[in-house]
Amino acid sequence: MGSILVVAEHRRGHLRAASLSAMSVGKELAGHPHSAWHILVMGKGISAVAEEAARYGAASVLSADHELLEHPVAQVSASVVAQATTAVEATFIVAPVTPWTKDFLPRVAARLGAGMVSDVVGYEIEGNTVVFQRTMYAGAVNAAVMITTAVKIICARPTAFPKAKPEERPSAIVPLSIEIYPASIGTTFLSYEDRPSERPDLTEAAIVVAGGRGTKGREGFQLLEELADLLGGAVGASRAAVDLGWVPADLQIGQTGKIVAPSLYFAVGISGAIQHVAGMKDSKVIVAINKDPEAPIFQVATYGLVADLFAAIPTFVEAVKQTKEA
Amino acid sequence: MKVLVACKRVPDPSAKIKVKQDGSSIEAEGLKFVISALDEVAIEEGLRMKERRGGEVILFSVGNVQAEEQLRMGLAMGADRGILVVYEGFPDSDLVARAIAAIFREEQPDLVLMGKVSPDTEAGQVGQLAAEYLGLPQATFASKIELDADGSKAVVTREVEGGHERVEVQLPAVITCDFRLNTPRYASVPMIMKARAKPITKAPLDGLGVEAIAKVKLRNLLPSPQRKAGVRVESVKDLLRCLKEEAKVI
Repeated sequence: MGSILVVAEHRRGHLRAASLSAMSVGKELAGHPHSAWHILVMGKGISAVAEEAARYGAASVLSADHELLEHPVAQVSASVVAQATTAVEATFIVAPVTPWTKDFLPRVAARLGAGMVSDVVGYEIEGNTVVFQRTMYAGAVNAAVMITTAVKIICARPTAFPKAKPEERPSAIVPLSIEIYPASIGTTFLSYEDRPSERPDLTEAAIVVAGGRGTKGREGFQLLEELADLLGGAVGASRAAVDLGWVPADLQIGQTGKIVAPSLYFAVGISGAIQHVAGMKDSKVIVAINKDPEAPIFQVATYGLVADLFAAIPTFVEAVKQTKEA
Repeated sequence: MKVLVACKRVPDPSAKIKVKQDGSSIEAEGLKFVISALDEVAIEEGLRMKERRGGEVILFSVGNVQAEEQLRMGLAMGADRGILVVYEGFPDSDLVARAIAAIFREEQPDLVLMGKVSPDTEAGQVGQLAAEYLGLPQATFASKIELDADGSKAVVTREVEGGHERVEVQLPAVITCDFRLNTPRYASVPMIMKARAKPITKAPLDGLGVEAIAKVKLRNLLPSPQRKAGVRVESVKDLLRCLKEEAKVI
């Protein structure tokens, strides 16, 4: 039995919450049977992130800190993970489901001859075998799958697992010396357009206010943004609203976008196609506001309000403000 | 430009999916099948490239013989010919990627296009696996593809965390497509008629030299537990009261 390698993602100088979920999976798998688990962080100038990762009780934190890892293309990220896998003789690679890992992790699988399971939502350990659960068909079906190869790779859905908790003894931080040959891979990073936002990360927010076609455009979304800001929440959207260009693509919630599970989810002017519901049905409380009483979103809503959002949202915002003042 | 494009047969996204009693697969009887929506985007992009620069759009599918229907639909959109890798059963992403690699070696296309994920099995791995097996550059989640004048490279705008990234890839490369790339065309009646005469080659796995082994095995499927509907509230005031006092989430 080899060790377990958890690929941790960071953003703006901090570990993402999704990484903590992957760590808790790695840590638990390391107990069956007993083996060591390690964390890999990669990037440029990441000593603070490595120290943050060292709080979670891993045997070591491998830190790949390199000039060329500021905006790594898929081949480079895949190569770093493969080199880290060799360094700690890992037979299990666990990563969080994020746009970053989705891009390069299958290349690691092909490189190592490993089987990979995407978007794992649960697992059972049966003797020497781990049976993974994942969803298919926009959340209609649960599949139980097994990996037959010696090296196994899984991507863990962050909302399906608890976050790892810090431990007392810090892990050793081990610099990982890596070899990168950017000239040979035929891919060049050109630019990254960041969109700074004061709002919390969509996948980490406790409250999400999401809008769909019913918002009718930017003005409708401004109402939702006001509500989100009042509650300290994030703004999300259905695919329809993204395709129409009303909100940026990375705010899309659903089968082909992000999966979220906040404690409170507002679906405003969203009809509730299963492709959208697949991305939010594990939210604790779902509020649906829609003027069509037959909209399928009401079938999954904890609280449904049949109303015109252009009247209901401003009224709701005023009412929340009043209770805050009171 | 010779473009190889995926054309996967998947259940209609609006269809109700049922699992067979024995959990071996979904109940296909009575189900309507379509081309995976993101593969349609990939086909559309391939067709636009051909319209601007000439060349050929070749579709491929890995699946049962009925996938010929979807290839025929893709040919009706305007593609030139199809390749059907016949595989009965549940291929894992790795098997599909190895089949693509085999087709690539035979056809030597300038570009491979496909959807970033398919709406049935939702793994989102095939393009990246195939790129690695072939040692090719990749660009996933494309919302814009700009080919340079001599067709030797492409600048791809990718939908990533927090915004957009632009990368330049040398061709041949594998590019996976997102919804914002384009709006696929509908096949016209004359095109549907014309597609009937277009060639579809059937290629068995062993004929391609691809071993029928799975790295990820399906044990069984189960219907997912569905969330139950809650209550209707009469007014904004009621809603706020419920959220504060009952659910205690505000």
